[in-house]
Amino acid sequence: MAARAEDLAGLIPDGALLALPPDYSLVAMEVVRALIRKKIKGLRLLGVPILGMSADLLIGAGCVAEVETSAVSLGEAGLAPRFTEAVEKNLIKVKDATCPAVHAGLQASEKGVSYMPVAGIGSSDLMKERKDWVRQGEVVLVPAIKPDVALFHARWADEAGNVWVGRRRELATAAHAAKQTLVTYEEQKAGDMLEDELLAPGVVSSLYVTATAKAPRGAWPLGMPGVYGVDDMHVSQYAKVAKTLEGFQRYLDEWILTPGKSTSPA
Amino acid sequence: MDPYAREEHLACVIARLLDGARHAAIGASSPIPAAGCFLRKIVDPGFRVSLQQRRAANPFTEGSRELFDLAGQGRIDTFFLGGAQIDGSAAINLVRADGKRFPGTFGSAYMYSVIKNTILFREEHSRRALVPKVEFASARGDPKALLTGKALFSWQKDKRRFRLESTHEKGDIRAETGFDFDAPADVPLTPPPTEEELSLLRGPVAKAVAADYPDFAKRVWGIN
Repeated sequence: MAARAEDLAGLIPDGALLALPPDYSLVAMEVVRALIRKKIKGLRLLGVPILGMSADLLIGAGCVAEVETSAVSLGEAGLAPRFTEAVEKNLIKVKDATCPAVHAGLQASEKGVSYMPVAGIGSSDLMKERKDWVRQGEVVLVPAIKPDVALFHARWADEAGNVWVGRRRELATAAHAAKQTLVTYEEQKAGDMLEDELLAPGVVSSLYVTATAKAPRGAWPLGMPGVYGVDDMHVSQYAKVAKTLEGFQRYLDEWILTPGKSTSPA
Repeated sequence: MDPYAREEHLACVIARLLDGARHAAIGASSPIPAAGCFLRKIVDPGFRVSLQQRRAANPFTEGSRELFDLAGQGRIDTFFLGGAQIDGSAAINLVRADGKRFPGTFGSAYMYSVIKNTILFREEHSRRALVPKVEFASARGDPKALLTGKALFSWQKDKRRFRLESTHEKGDIRAETGFDFDAPADVPLTPPPTEEELSLLRGPVAKAVAADYPDFAKRVWGIN
């Protein structure tokens, strides 16, 4: 039987360092919901390079111990309410970063080197908190980041085990750097996308892909460019109700925990 | 009543600040800077605007790191930054203030120091937002200007102090600003939008902004 989002969630252990994309970049929301249903604990999230609704849901549901990210935001819908409260109440640890430092850390892992230099960031107060960042002349050396798991959603998977993410190349970088990469996809493609000159540049090859599962509309309520847009109404409703713990719990009950209601409206 | 919205006025001020700019990038959640850039582009078609989070036809094909790589090379000359707090030394804080947590530093720590013209933008003009010293400096740099919902400041790099250039309405800006700054004896009013600017904003600019900032376009221009 073909793998489902639930099966991918089953491959992610408690305490894993889990790399997730921002809300604008192909988030495997169906797996995020499955992680909440399986009551995963102690996740360490890495924002590549920022996080949004996926992280807010996992944090609110008590699945997260630590977050390394350049920001957590719901974009136009405002602050990420569960993240904000969890930090203010000291329920999770935050390793604040800045976008190019996260990219550089992943690129260091891609290249198999210990550090990568980043220009410009030396005068930020982040330097006081990030003891693992080393000032060296005009650059700052940031250590390699090696996620246990990179998780994202793709437009297609093919019979050869490749997945297609198009221009969202930060997902390729995350996959190259991570020990394991788990991918949900919209549609199955016959054959091997690497044989197609037009598709190949948007592919993350099977070399990096640990497991895939079909999940139509699997990024909902976030978007899949060219297939469906962000469900702005849903995200902004979430931003409002999740301001209180009770509202968040109602959201979980309605959209994630109730069997049969956990998938997206078509 | 004003015949234009405050957001429209601010977008016009931004468009005027972009005189001479070649390539502006727009980061997260910046509909007013985006509107200002689109307005400028109509006047100067050679001016390039890149939206980091553009939903369709996103200009970056190497993922979100490409913005930072471009900036590091000097291929982007204009960027916009805000902050929960902005202080009199032009440091910005996007992390925490008064016991409250904010989203985080984003790319500001880097962009502020590598971009030639950073425009600081914060709609709220209050002692809460404009403080003597930020609690946490996400980023430090030398901005081109600071634009708020009430005033426009220039930055004096040699003195490391802001100078009040104009106010959008009559009022006591010093009383509402937490940091000290220089000001001329007579502070002029910020010129209002022209008829032409307004008609461009409400036509092609509104349409362009709505594609990525639907809530904003709905609120300001009633576009669904």
